[in-house]
Amino acid sequence: MVPIAIDNVTLEYDTPAGKVTGVKDVSFDIGASEFVCIVGPSGCGKSTLLNVIAGFLAPAAGEIRIDGKTVTGHGMDRGVVFQDFAQLFPWRTALGNVSFGLEMKGIAKAERDRIAREQLRLVKLEKFVDSFPHHLSGGMQQRVAIARALAYNPSVLLMDEPFAALDAMTRDDMQLLLADVWRATRKTVIYVTHNVAEAIYLADRVIVMSAHPGTVQADIRIDLPRPRDPLSVEFVECQKQLMRHLGHKVSGNGAGH
Amino acid sequence: MQDAATTISAREAPGHSPGRAASRLRSIWRNIFPFIVVGVLWEIVAVSGIFPARLFPTIETVAGTFFALTANGILPHHAIETLIRLLSGFALAGVFGVTIGILMGRSRLAEDIFLPLVSICAPIPGLAYTPLFLLWFGLGSFSSILLVGFVSAFPIIFNSWTGVKAVKEIWVRSAHSMGADDRRMFTHVILPGALPYILTGLRLGLAQAWRVLVAVEMLAAVPWGLGWLIFGARKFLNTDAMLAGIVVIALIGLLLEKLVFQKIENYTVVRWGMVAA
Ligand SMILES: Nc1ncnc2c1ncn2[C@@H]1O[C@H](COP(=O)(O)OP(=O)(O)OP(=O)(O)O)[C@@H](O)[C@H]1O
Ligand SMILES: [Mg+2]
Repeated sequence: MVPIAIDNVTLEYDTPAGKVTGVKDVSFDIGASEFVCIVGPSGCGKSTLLNVIAGFLAPAAGEIRIDGKTVTGHGMDRGVVFQDFAQLFPWRTALGNVSFGLEMKGIAKAERDRIAREQLRLVKLEKFVDSFPHHLSGGMQQRVAIARALAYNPSVLLMDEPFAALDAMTRDDMQLLLADVWRATRKTVIYVTHNVAEAIYLADRVIVMSAHPGTVQADIRIDLPRPRDPLSVEFVECQKQLMRHLGHKVSGNGAGH
Repeated sequence: MQDAATTISAREAPGHSPGRAASRLRSIWRNIFPFIVVGVLWEIVAVSGIFPARLFPTIETVAGTFFALTANGILPHHAIETLIRLLSGFALAGVFGVTIGILMGRSRLAEDIFLPLVSICAPIPGLAYTPLFLLWFGLGSFSSILLVGFVSAFPIIFNSWTGVKAVKEIWVRSAHSMGADDRRMFTHVILPGALPYILTGLRLGLAQAWRVLVAVEMLAAVPWGLGWLIFGARKFLNTDAMLAGIVVIALIGLLLEKLVFQKIENYTVVRWGMVAA
């Protein structure tokens, strides 16, 4: 819904052993309603970058602009889904978790219950509205987290490997669901992942980051028609291209780094 | 006595399986079995005459005294006076302890100010403060309540502080991104997030309150109270009255544990899966 500009962002962590670079000179633009995936080796700074965009960390240099406005801290224009299942509030039911943002906005109880139920229905959890998180499976908890981030209707959705800890089958279902949700809501999405197939399945564009200290190494547009078929020749071709960027040896044509 | 009460309750798991009645019976049996063993041994010693009967009365004698003192209103009077002091002191400790502990967890300044003080004062036995409190605030109930409040605040402070530190950063970040301001961050995230620790602190605080109260009741020259009953009975070798007093303390402890702490826990942290049942 809104464009994002990431302009020469550098972040350094202060540690007892000195400064550690999280990300270095990262720049790219994201169009309104675009779905962008960030991939890169572990430790390259994907989570760091996402946290800077979310406003939880202040960059040492450079700036982020969302819809033209410089980011100075967290804000309700951005919904965040973390990798960690523990992000849900254990003391609130699924419905209570999803209503949280609406409650903070001061929306009346009846109305926020209605919206929260609708969001939970979207992620296929209408039967579990009154369950506490510890009675839900990991995949269900992540779906609640997605519903929670969508419920108060932020224009940007930031997701840090939300499905990384799920088994392959659940993960496929979740990706399908997310693609549907995105099609329906047209939010601007930044999605961090390790998984090349996942990136190609979901993204309009894939940003490839280099190993630590992370910088943008490649910016690849994925023009496959949606819904995408992971078994199609074009999909597999895309996947090979992306893996080459990541420095993997690609079997078949033997072209590697 | 407090410890015994806690152990009993911790073992008892609510049965939800088909063989529910049977397993319930078994768990009751498991809980009372040790008491039966101790009771039998007690009777053997009491009847054998190793100690004079006055100093080591049989269980029937103690029970007789217990009922007689209950019927004539003496034991309930002692118990109520003690309970009022205990709960007043404990309420003070709860309010100040939780507030200071949370402040320490939330603000660097409060932590720097309170942590050294609390760390030094906490390990000193509660009784050591007693003469000081009696000199400052005089003999009587008031000093006892202040002392109980002061001494039992320490475990509450420590645990509330730890609880706030243990609130997951990811909850705070989630709440921030959903627009929680400071006040609602506190009531909707920090407080429930720290609750398992706060409840532990309150439990420890109550145990601490008992320990110091029973002793201080004698030193503070209060006319009524279980501590006074127990220590006063020594002069007249009324061992049966002493034991009756101890039984009342155990019963009150058990009731507070079962009817207050466990109810609160089951309704909150256990239901939320933050603490195992
Ligand atoms: N809290 C922190 N304190 C100090 N250094 C940190 C901190 N968090 C991350 N780093 C450093 O910043 C770099 C980037 O970390 P980041 O977590 O952003 O990587 P990532 O790309 O998300 O990795 P992964 O794919 O494993 O999640 C790492 O090299 C790490 O050492
Ligand atoms: Mg990461």
